[in-house]
Amino acid sequence: MFGNGLSYSEQGAEAAPELVQEAAPTTTPSAPAAFGLFSSDTKKNEDLKQMLESSKDSAKLDAMKRIVGMIAKGKNASELFPAVVKNVASKNIEIKKLVYVYLMRYAEEQQDLALLSISTFQRALKDPNQLIRASALRVLSSIRVPIIVPIMMLAIKEASSDLSPYVRKNAAHAIQKLYSLDPEQKEMLIEVIEKLLKDRSTLVAGSVVMAFEEVCPDRIDLIHKNYRKLCNLLVDVEEWGQVVIIHMLTRYARTQFVSPWKNDEVVEEYSENNFYESDEEQKEKDRKVKNTYTMDPDHRLLLRNTKPLLQSRNAAVVMAVAQLYWHSAPKSEAGIVSKSLVRLLRSNREVQYIVLQNIATMSIQRKGMFEPYMKSFYVRSTDPTMIKTLKLEILTNLANEANISTLLREFQTYVKSQDKQFAAATIQAIGRCATNITEVTDTCLNGLVCLLSNRDEIVVAESVVVIKKLLQTQPAHHGEIIKHMAKLLDNITVPVARASILWLIGEYCERVPKIAPDVLRKTAKTFTNEDDLVKLQILNLGTKLYLTNSKQTKLLTQYVLNLGKYDQSYDIRDRTRFIRQLIVPNEKSGALSKYAKKIFLAQKPAPLLESPFKDRDHFQLGTLSHTLNSRATGYLELSDWPEVAPDPSVRNVDVAESAKEWTGILGKTKKEKPAEKFYSESEEEEDESASTGSSESESGSESEKEDKEEGSSDDSSGSSSSEASSDSESESKESAAKKTSRAAAENDSENIKRKAKGISKESSTSGSSDTESISSEESSSDSKSESDSKSDFESGKSRSPASSKKEEKPVQDRKVPNKQDVYLLDLDDFCPVTTPVAVPTAAVLSPSVTADLEGLSLSSSSVIDVTTQVSVPTKTHELLHRMSGKGLAAHYHFSRQPGIFGDRMVSVQVTVTNTTDQKIENIHIKEKKLPPGMRMHEFNPIEYLEPAGSITVSMGIDFCDSTQMASFQLCTKDDRFDVNIQPPVGELLLPVTMSEKDFKKEQGMLTGMNETSTTIAVAPQNSTRLVIIERIVKAANLGVVPSGHDNILRFAAKTVHSGSLMLVTVEMKESSTAQLIINTEKTVIGSVLLRELKPVLSQG
Amino acid sequence: MRPHKHKMIHSLFLINCSGDIFLEKHWKSVVSQSVCDYFFEAQEKAIDVENVPPVISTPHHYLISIYRDKIFFVSVIQTEVPPLFVIEFLHRVADTFQDYFGECSETAIKDNVVIVYELLEEMLDNGFPLATESNILKELIKPPTILRSVVNSITGSSNVGDTLPTGQLSNIPWRRAGVKYTNNEAYFDVIEEIDAIIDKSGSTVFAEIQGVIDSCIKLSGMPDLSLSFMNPRLLDDVSFHPCIRFKRWESERVLSFIPPDGNFRLISYRVSSQNLVAIPVYVKHVISFKENSSSGRFDVTIGPKQNMGKTIEGVVMTVHMPKAVLNMNLTATQGSYTFDPVTKVLTWDVGKITPQKLPNLKGIVNLQSGAPKPEENPSLNIQFKIQQLAISGLKVNRLDMYGEKYKPFKGVKYITKAGKFQVRT
Repeated sequence: MFGNGLSYSEQGAEAAPELVQEAAPTTTPSAPAAFGLFSSDTKKNEDLKQMLESSKDSAKLDAMKRIVGMIAKGKNASELFPAVVKNVASKNIEIKKLVYVYLMRYAEEQQDLALLSISTFQRALKDPNQLIRASALRVLSSIRVPIIVPIMMLAIKEASSDLSPYVRKNAAHAIQKLYSLDPEQKEMLIEVIEKLLKDRSTLVAGSVVMAFEEVCPDRIDLIHKNYRKLCNLLVDVEEWGQVVIIHMLTRYARTQFVSPWKNDEVVEEYSENNFYESDEEQKEKDRKVKNTYTMDPDHRLLLRNTKPLLQSRNAAVVMAVAQLYWHSAPKSEAGIVSKSLVRLLRSNREVQYIVLQNIATMSIQRKGMFEPYMKSFYVRSTDPTMIKTLKLEILTNLANEANISTLLREFQTYVKSQDKQFAAATIQAIGRCATNITEVTDTCLNGLVCLLSNRDEIVVAESVVVIKKLLQTQPAHHGEIIKHMAKLLDNITVPVARASILWLIGEYCERVPKIAPDVLRKTAKTFTNEDDLVKLQILNLGTKLYLTNSKQTKLLTQYVLNLGKYDQSYDIRDRTRFIRQLIVPNEKSGALSKYAKKIFLAQKPAPLLESPFKDRDHFQLGTLSHTLNSRATGYLELSDWPEVAPDPSVRNVDVAESAKEWTGILGKTKKEKPAEKFYSESEEEEDESASTGSSESESGSESEKEDKEEGSSDDSSGSSSSEASSDSESESKESAAKKTSRAAAENDSENIKRKAKGISKESSTSGSSDTESISSEESSSDSKSESDSKSDFESGKSRSPASSKKEEKPVQDRKVPNKQDVYLLDLDDFCPVTTPVAVPTAAVLSPSVTADLEGLSLSSSSVIDVTTQVSVPTKTHELLHRMSGKGLAAHYHFSRQPGIFGDRMVSVQVTVTNTTDQKIENIHIKEKKLPPGMRMHEFNPIEYLEPAGSITVSMGIDFCDSTQMASFQLCTKDDRFDVNIQPPVGELLLPVTMSEKDFKKEQGMLTGMNETSTTIAVAPQNSTRLVIIERIVKAANLGVVPSGHDNILRFAAKTVHSGSLMLVTVEMKESSTAQLIINTEKTVIGSVLLRELKPVLSQG
Repeated sequence: MRPHKHKMIHSLFLINCSGDIFLEKHWKSVVSQSVCDYFFEAQEKAIDVENVPPVISTPHHYLISIYRDKIFFVSVIQTEVPPLFVIEFLHRVADTFQDYFGECSETAIKDNVVIVYELLEEMLDNGFPLATESNILKELIKPPTILRSVVNSITGSSNVGDTLPTGQLSNIPWRRAGVKYTNNEAYFDVIEEIDAIIDKSGSTVFAEIQGVIDSCIKLSGMPDLSLSFMNPRLLDDVSFHPCIRFKRWESERVLSFIPPDGNFRLISYRVSSQNLVAIPVYVKHVISFKENSSSGRFDVTIGPKQNMGKTIEGVVMTVHMPKAVLNMNLTATQGSYTFDPVTKVLTWDVGKITPQKLPNLKGIVNLQSGAPKPEENPSLNIQFKIQQLAISGLKVNRLDMYGEKYKPFKGVKYITKAGKFQVRT
C-alpha cells in the first residue's frame, strides 16, 4: 500500500494539481478516503502545516487529530515531521500526546529531526507530575534512534529509582525497548533489571519480569532471592503481569526443584475425590512417607499461591496456572485445574479454540482429568467447525469401556450433521474408538458399514477409509464387508475411497476369489479416467491377483501394466516398470522375482489410529508453539527436572548480610513499616527466627510454628487451613495487607529515593528493618496460629498511629526484660514493633473489616492520621566532639519515627563512636537537667564499644513543643561529659495526612491570631513543585496534603507533645515569589517555623 | 547474538467484513499491511468468519486474531507468547471500545479515531498491557459525549486527563478515587443461563446452569461491600473480578470487595452439576421430508414445563434449515416468523407463552426440485427469558456496606435466560 510511499505523494503533487481545489479541509479524519488519493494528501498536508504553525491551540489540535487519523489509516504523514515536532513542547497536554503518537510512528524514519525533540523529553523526565515523567520516558524509549541510546540508558536508570511505581513500571518497559534497539547494552540493563526485581510494588513486578524474560531469561540466578517475594505478591499483581510471572516461575520450578512425579506412578490415575477433600494434604503426606519424596517448601509455595488464580476472570491467567500445574505439580494434583479450564469453554470462540487444544493434549495423557466433564464437550450444531472438531477430538480421547456406548450414541447424531466436514471427522473418531476399545470394534464396524449406504458421498468415502483401517486389524471375519464394499465401487467416485476399496480387495483377494478378478476387469476399463491414487491401487490389485490367481488375471494385469507404461504421470510409469520387473518372469529379472509374492502379500501391520494431538505434549502447554504444533521463534524449551535439586538455600536472603546491617543499629528502635508488611520477605523472617531464636514472649508460638514449617515442608499449613476460624483470620490479614499497600508504595519509593541520594546507611537500615511479626503470615499464609494472626492484626492497627496513642506504658514495661534476653544478638530492636497498639474505636465493624478500612479511609474520610515520615533529614548534629570527649564522639539526628517511646516523644538517634584505641565501657546517660515538663527516655547502656567501633542507639525526648535544650551527661565507665540536644522546630512535628477539604476546613478555624504569613523570593532552582515539596519536608517533618491546585502546596503536621495542628501553605506567585502561610494555635512554634522555612525556599 | 525479536503485540490491524483494513497501530517499527494477506488467505479458506483460525503462522510473523462485532482484530506477533494472553487482551480492547462508544463498530471506531488511538496508546506499551481497567482509562481519557465534544471544540480543551489516576498507585487499581454521587445506589443482576441439549425424544442429554452477577455500583467514596447468599453451596465453580477477596470467599462464602465504579461483572459461576437442572420449556416438533418429493412438513409447538409458576417471555426460535430448503410456507398462531432464503435461517419470534394457548408454527417446507432429501433434521435453538427467577434457586441473603456513612439504595434482580439451548430433532 502507500504506508511508506513517500514518493507517491510527491509524484501526486506534480501529476494532479487540478485536483487540489477539491480537497477542502474536513474535520473527519476518515474523509480523505473519498478523494483522489495522492493529490489531496499533499494539499491537505499544506493546510495541516499551516494549522500547526497557527498560534491557536484549537487549530493545532485539529491538525494533530487529522494527522493521527492519517496514521491510523496507514497513510503517509511523514513529510509533516518538521511541522509536528515543533509542537512537542506544547503546553496543551492533548496536543502533546498526539505529537507523541506521531513521533513514535515516524522518529525512526526521520532520525535527525527527531533529535530536536529529545531535549523536551529530557526536561519532561524531571517533571513533578509522574504521568508526564512516565510518558516522557515512554516516548523517549520508543523513538528508535540509535544515537540516543546513552540518553535512554541514563533515563532508564534514573526512572528505575523514581518515587512513583508507575514511572518505575515504565522504566521496566523501556528496558526491553532499549535492548531491542541496542543489544550491546545488555549488561547494564541486567543491572537495572536486578534492581527492579527487588522492587516491592505489585505494579512493577509483572513488567520487570517481562523485561527479564526478554533480556536475560537464562539468568535464573537473579530470581532466587526474589522467588518467594514474587510468589507471595502474585495474587495482587495485575492480571497481565500474573501470566508472565507464572510462565517464568514454571521454568524456574523445572530447573530448581526435583521431580514430584518420580515416585508418583502408583497414583498416576487421578481420582476426583483427592482434590476436593480437606484432607488432601494429609493423603499426600502419607504417600510421601511411602515414597520418600519431600517437596521443597518453595515448590509448594508456588503451587499454593497460584491456586487461587484459577478463579481469575482472565482466561490467560487460568491457562497459565493450568500449565504450571501440568508441568510442575504432582500428577495427583494437576486435576484441580480441569474444572476451571472447562469453565473457559463458555467464553468466546477464540478462547475456546486455544483451551480445547490444550485440553486435547492433556486428555491423551490423563483421561481421568476430564472424564467427569465429558458432557461439556458435547457438540452443538451452532459451534464453528474448528470448535466441533476439537471437541470431538477430546471426546474420542476420553472414550473408555464405561462411556463408549453413551459416546457412540452421541456420535451418531454428529454423523448426520449438515456440516459434512465434521461428519467425516466423526467417522474417523468412531474408527479410533473401535480400534482402541476392542469391546466395541464390531459395533463400530457395523455402524460404519451402515453408513456406506449414506446418501452423502463424503460420509461414505470416509467410512470406507476407516473401515479399511479397521479391517486390517482383524480381516478374518469380514469377507462379507469386503464384498459389500466391492459393490460400492460402481457408485462411489471419491478417489480415496475407491483406492481404499481396491487396496482391500487386493490385500484380501484370496477371501473374495470370485469378486476380485471381476473388480480388476471393471477398473481396467476405467483405468485411464481414474485419479492417480486409484490407478496405483489398480496396479496393486492387478499385481496381487497376478501372484495369486495368474490363470484368470494374467492378461488383465498385463493390459493394466501396458496402460500404466504410457501413463502421463511419471509416478505411475515408474511404478509400472518396477512391478513388471518384479512379477513378470523374464531373463533379466533377478532373484527378487522369486520373492515377489512375499513382498507384495506380506502381513502388513494394521495402521494405528492416533490422535493428532499425540505428539504435542513436548511443547509447553498454553504456548504459541503448542497451538501451532511447531516451534515458534523465541520458544524456550522447558527443561527436564534436575536429578538432584540445586541448593535450595539460594532463595534465602543472606542472613549474615542482614545481621551485619542490624548490628550497626543497635538500640535503634523501629517503627513498624506497613510497607514491608505487604511484600514481606518471608525468608528473612524465617531465617531470623530460626537462626537467632529471637524469643519475644509474644512471638514464641509463632517462631515455633515457622520452625516446624521449615522442617517439614509446609504440609502442616495445608491441613491447618481447613479450620474455618484460622481462615477467616488469615483473610483479615490479607486484606489488611492489601489495604496498606498504598502506603507501602509511598514508603517504598521513599527508600529508593534515599538510596539514590547515596545515603546508603540510612536506607539499608530502614530497608532491613521491615519485616517483623508481619512476615510470618506471608510465609505461612495458610497456617495461621492464633497468636500469629493476632499479632499481625495488631500490627495492622499500629499503622494508624492516630489511634495508637494510649496504653503505651505497659507495653514498654514488658519490653524491657525481653531486650535483655536477646541483647547479645543485637536484635532486640526488632521486637518492639507491635508496641503502640490500641484497639480502634470503630467497634461496629468486624475486626477484619476494620482492618481493611484503615488503609482506605486515608483519602476519603475526614480522619486525620499521622503518617509515616515523608523524608528523613540527613543532617546530623554534633553531640560530643571527640576532642572534648576524650576520644568518644557522639552525633545525633532526628529519625522522625513517631511514638516509639511514648506518643509525646521525639525520637533521636545517637551514634556513638569510639576513636580511641581502647575499649570504652558502659556508655550511659546521667544527670539529666531538663526544663520543667520535659521528659527523656534514655537509651539502654552500651556495655562496651570496641576501638573504632560505632553504634547507633535511639532515645526519645519530650520537648514539650518548645525549642529548649535537653541537657544531660553522657557517661562512660570513667568519664562524664556534659552534652545537650536542641531540636529544630521542624522536628517537633509529626506529619498527618488529610484531604484538601479537611485542610481547608481546619485552616478556616485557625485564622487571625493563629495565622502567620510572609512573602518569600524563591530561588530559581526551587521553582518546581517537586523540589519545593522535597525541600520543605526535609526541613520540617510535615505531611504533604494533596492539592487540586498546581500553584498551591499544602502540608500538615501536628506537634508531637500537644497534638496541635500545624498547617503550612505555600502559594506560588508570579515572578518567583511565594506566599508562605502557617496556621496553628501554637503561634510561637508557628512563627519559628516560618522563620526556618523561609531560607529553605529562598536559598539555593 | 540472536536477532532480537519483540515479544508480545507488535501491531494491530482492524479489518471489516469486506476485507478493508480501516485502522492500523504499531507499537514498534511499522509492519506492512501486506502481512494481512496471509490472514485474508486463511479467511478465504474458512467456510465462514467463525472458522477463521485465531492463530495463523506466516513466514516472519504470527497473526492472532479475534472476531467481534463484524470486525477482525488482527494482531501481529513476532515471537512465542501465550496465545490466550493476546486473545484476552484483544477482547479487552473491544470491550473498551464498546464501553466508550456504546458499540464496537467500524463507524464508531472511525468516528472516534483519535480516542481510539489514545486508548490503544494507554492500553499497551511496547506491546505489553499497561492500563486495561475501565475505571483507570476513563480517568486518563474521557469518553466522548456530545456535550463534551461541543465544549472541546469551542474551548480547545482536551479529552486527556492531566493527572495520573490515583488508582494506578493505590492498592485498588480498579477503582478511581474521589467518586461522588448524590444518590448512592448498588444494583446486582443475578443472571442465569441454561445451557442444554435436548434430544429428539425430549430427554435431556446435557444441561447445566451458568450464572453471572452483573453489578451497577454508584457509591461515593470507598465503600467496602459484603454480599452473602442464602445458599452459597450451589456455586460450584466461580471466577471473580479482581476486587473480590478470595480468602474471604474460601472461608466464609461471602463476597467481600471494594467495587469498581460503574458497571462491571462481579462473578461468573457454574452451578454444581449434582443439582438437576429444571428445563422451563418443552418443544413438540414434527419435521419431515418426503422421499422423492420436493416438499416437507414442519410443525413445532412450544410449551412451558418447569417454570416455577413464572411467565416465560421473549421466546425466539431460530433454525438453520438444510441447504436444500428453498422456502417455507408457515402459519404462526402467535408471533411472527421470517425465513431468509440465502442463509436458510428460520426465525420465529414468539414472545410470551400463555399456557392456555400454546404457540404453534406449522406449514410446508419447499425444497429445491431434484435435490436429495435432507439427511438430518435441523436443531432448534430456543431463547427465552424468565423474570424474577434464578433457576438454580440462588438467593442473595444480604448486602452490607462498611467504610461509608450514608445509606445506599440496594437492589437485586433475578433473571433466567436460555443460554445455548438446543433441541435436536
